[in-house]
Amino acid sequence: MSDVWNFLTDGEAWSRQGGLADQLTQQLLLTGTALALTMLVGLPVALWLGHIGRLGWLAIQISAVGRAVPTFALLALLARASWPGSDQFGPYGRAGLATLLALVCFALPPIVTQAYVAMRGVSDEVVDAARGLGMSGWQRFRRIELPLALPLIVSGVRLALVQVWATATIAALVGGPGLGNVIRLGFANTDRRSQGIAGALIVAGVAVCLELAMAWLQRRAEHAASGGRSGAGSDRRSDRGSRPRFGAARTPRRPGESGMSADASTVSP
Amino acid sequence: MTLLIGASPLGAREPVCYSRDVNAWFCWDYVRDRQDELVEATSAHLQITVAAVALGLLLAVPMALAARGRPRAESMVLGGSTLVYTIPSLALLPLLVPLTGLTRTTVVIGLGAYCLTILVRAVLDGLRSVPDDVRDAARGMGYGRWLLLWRVELPLALPVVMAGLRVATVSTVALATIGTVVSEGGLGALIADGKNTQFNAELMTASVLCVVLALLLDAVLLVVQRAATPWARGRATA
Repeated sequence: MSDVWNFLTDGEAWSRQGGLADQLTQQLLLTGTALALTMLVGLPVALWLGHIGRLGWLAIQISAVGRAVPTFALLALLARASWPGSDQFGPYGRAGLATLLALVCFALPPIVTQAYVAMRGVSDEVVDAARGLGMSGWQRFRRIELPLALPLIVSGVRLALVQVWATATIAALVGGPGLGNVIRLGFANTDRRSQGIAGALIVAGVAVCLELAMAWLQRRAEHAASGGRSGAGSDRRSDRGSRPRFGAARTPRRPGESGMSADASTVSP
Repeated sequence: MTLLIGASPLGAREPVCYSRDVNAWFCWDYVRDRQDELVEATSAHLQITVAAVALGLLLAVPMALAARGRPRAESMVLGGSTLVYTIPSLALLPLLVPLTGLTRTTVVIGLGAYCLTILVRAVLDGLRSVPDDVRDAARGMGYGRWLLLWRVELPLALPVVMAGLRVATVSTVALATIGTVVSEGGLGALIADGKNTQFNAELMTASVLCVVLALLLDAVLLVVQRAATPWARGRATA
């Protein structure tokens, strides 16, 4: 165990070319980019499907198939193919593009299913009432459905983030970037096992940090979603954004006045 | 992927399509010639998956039953299971090697731990989905704790539990490929070998088999679920 500690506190191990710091940066970059791309691709589709309330099977099928494809197999195929191959990809390192694509495919299922389920979970009565108030489809989506669904959507992203982070280590199996390298090399030679354990500890530690950060964000979203139901007399703050208070529906707002997730974090506690 | 299909599987003339010169991605000759190897890898993969899911389920049900109704125990179990998920599979399997060696047991224990995290959650969610008035009615009819659990709660929790079981099974099939780091990957071993030796047909065939195996098991579980919950038929299953 002291070997592990020595390795972790060894400045050289972190700072050298391709050392822990480099690998950590690569993996953080990969995880962040993959998650952002997934949200960019998956969320609009899932939210739209949830809004129109049809084609649910499509959202479910995307997830089922996505889950069935082993990330390792996809990674190996992508890295072996002539495109994207395993060339250097900017700051993402060798086989960076292949890893990125594989991680996006891996993250799509939880995000898409969860967002779709979240949208469908919004009570029909509330949506009907909004319709009765003369809200258009877009208004219903932005002011009623999205805010109410936000906590669950965030929980999907949370789940995906931690899984993408942990899975990114697999890239090392095909010569890719990330902390998987120190883990793989460590376990490949018996005398460097402590380095492998150290790598695993770093990955787990960062995962816990990410999980805690997302849990905090989710609480904020939940707080935003429940704030209206309990908080009478808070109508004055209604133009602060997309809180799912039913009362908010009565206050007409100019389009584009409120964003989506950004507002969730600006709501006062 | 269209790029890869360029080399037709039927275009094999003199050099077989999996020879080094052609190195086709899809090659029926390969499947035929290496049939034994493929069958063996697939059956190993299947065995690992079934054992891991069974292990996970066997542990998840008692854990969920013990924890439910006690908020602190519940959050501990759920938090603990999240913690397991943060351990990268690439590290978990080698970490188990000193205990169980380079054997199938190592992979089964590792994958079982991941299954457990999905299944505990599913069982807890399933039990929570039982309506309180149903529970009260059963109690009013004189059902004891175990009878209530066996005759009312578990059947009603089944759809949610089965949904979790399907997710766990499909994920396990995919994750089992990582077993190759401890030399017990089933189809994962072929994938790794295909990548390392630049053997396209092996890589592609093993990958496809993996997906097929996952979807097949998913379909089997769906059929089981339909048969076990006849009252839910006709309603949408998610």
